[in-house]
Amino acid sequence: MNRSALSLSLAAKPRWWEFALWAFLLSLPLLLPTHALLISEITVIALFAMSLDLILGYSGILSLGHAAFFGMGAYSAALFAKHINPDPLLGLAVATSVTALLGAICSLGILRGSDLTRLMVTLGVALILQELANKLDFITGGADGLQGVVMGPVLGQFEFDLMGQTAAWYTLSTTLAVFLLLRQVVVSPFGFSLQAIRDNALRAQAIGIPVYARLIAAYTLAAALAGMAGGLQAQTTGFASLDVFGFDRSADVLLMLVIGGTGWLWGGIVGAVVFKSLHSIISAWTPQYWTFWLGLFLVLLMLVGRARLIRPWTWGRRA
Amino acid sequence: MLTLLFDGVAYGMLLFILSIGLAVTLGLMNFINLAHGAFAMAGGYTTVLLMQHAGLPFLLCVPLAFVFTALLGAVMEATLYRRMYNKPHLDQVLFSIGLTFMAVAGVDYFVGSTQQLVQLPEFLKGRTELWDGALGMGHYRLAIIAVCVVLTLELQLLLVRTRFGSQLRAAVDNQRVAAGLGIDVNKVFLLTFAVGSGLAGLGGALGAEVLGLDPIFPFKFMIYFLIVVAVGGTSGLTGPLLAALLLGIADVAGEYYIPKLGAFIVYSLMIVILLWRPQGLFSRGGK
Repeated sequence: MNRSALSLSLAAKPRWWEFALWAFLLSLPLLLPTHALLISEITVIALFAMSLDLILGYSGILSLGHAAFFGMGAYSAALFAKHINPDPLLGLAVATSVTALLGAICSLGILRGSDLTRLMVTLGVALILQELANKLDFITGGADGLQGVVMGPVLGQFEFDLMGQTAAWYTLSTTLAVFLLLRQVVVSPFGFSLQAIRDNALRAQAIGIPVYARLIAAYTLAAALAGMAGGLQAQTTGFASLDVFGFDRSADVLLMLVIGGTGWLWGGIVGAVVFKSLHSIISAWTPQYWTFWLGLFLVLLMLVGRARLIRPWTWGRRA
Repeated sequence: MLTLLFDGVAYGMLLFILSIGLAVTLGLMNFINLAHGAFAMAGGYTTVLLMQHAGLPFLLCVPLAFVFTALLGAVMEATLYRRMYNKPHLDQVLFSIGLTFMAVAGVDYFVGSTQQLVQLPEFLKGRTELWDGALGMGHYRLAIIAVCVVLTLELQLLLVRTRFGSQLRAAVDNQRVAAGLGIDVNKVFLLTFAVGSGLAGLGGALGAEVLGLDPIFPFKFMIYFLIVVAVGGTSGLTGPLLAALLLGIADVAGEYYIPKLGAFIVYSLMIVILLWRPQGLFSRGGK
């Protein structure tokens, strides 16, 4: 084994605490059976944040419309379950593939142009899909949302229950699978080439990295995973509504990722947990105006600097 | 048909005044300010509140809205925005989204979430029909167009003829060299930001009757301002002006002829244009 292959395999090796943490996460539905619904909700957005990390943290693509893929996955999964086949895994596969296709098409839009152009194109795609879902009400139910989605049992064995036990296991294990896949991806030569492109696209091209092809692949993969998260959400809640495409959702997931840390696989998970906890604490205190405190938090966070959030002892120093 | 065109032009001019500050911030400081709509909202609410509570006439409130928003912009620039210029775009986007969240929740808290109505003075309420009704012009929209045209000309003169204008253009072209030539770039930034915010506030005040005014205004119109800037480019006034007119006419016509697709057309058009010319329709080419 040569040196680079060795360093790759070392980077791919999970730390001991990651096993422990995953074991803990997987046992959560047993430890907190009354909160199983909340657990699956957080897991879904953690998966969503992880998918954004692949393009934002690893490839450096600024996106304000990642909810486009989440929503596409949610509607595909819900429609597939309602009209064709209620099997969850099959539905999830369909939702993921449909979204991957959408992602591949959209990826052509983010190859050219500056941050602003990418921002506009991603935002525009999400808005278009939201308009479509709103106007095509004979398929999607329009503003009322798509109701009456009944899922079959997972693997033909586990019925979705009202307490959300099955839902929590289902989302957790899917997310674990994705996590393992992504950890292989980001430490592969492919993953390193993405980071090279993020740091300097021109130099990356000069050393022979096919920049466009890599970005298309990364964007498609991220879209597919976001679609998977959306599919999970639709399947576990049995519902899909217009807000899956909302600007709020894109902004929230961006915020989660920033709280948890970009360019780090655990970032999405940490961010989702922290964000949801913050949300429930603040909105229990002031339900209508919690976005004010969210905004204040964001502003302060950006003034202090993202990297310094987890290092309070550096706050006094000048950047 | 002509009426539609007229309404579209009025709408477009309004959008231009609203977004020109954003174009300047982006071109000058390379700062993606998603909170621009919040300044427009501030102008709108200044007008509405002054009219309702202080009983001032509409025509006095509009300039006051400009002054107030410009001051607000100047304070924000000096205290907050200045620190963000050198940060990555991601930080700027999140920072300005945060500001917008705060503005939206703050207005909701102090004023309430209902739509605010502007009482126009009597002489602006009428409507003139020409050529047997082929062209119907609301007087208020006519006034909007007039004000915006005057403002555009003034801005153009300010940019091209004055000392400040040349300093500004120098700073846009190359900030470091401009600073090296003894131009106080910070002061130029501050003034420009203030004027840009003030114009947004003025647009918000004028547009309160046409666009509607409620706390989610900054989010509702953020995408429109961004379209104007992204499509029009940030070099000069002509690009954003044409983009704003195009957007205004396309939106009004789309709403009228194919209401089912509404905003869909505008967004698709934007994406196609951006794919075709990523730097904007009227940019000076690669930068």
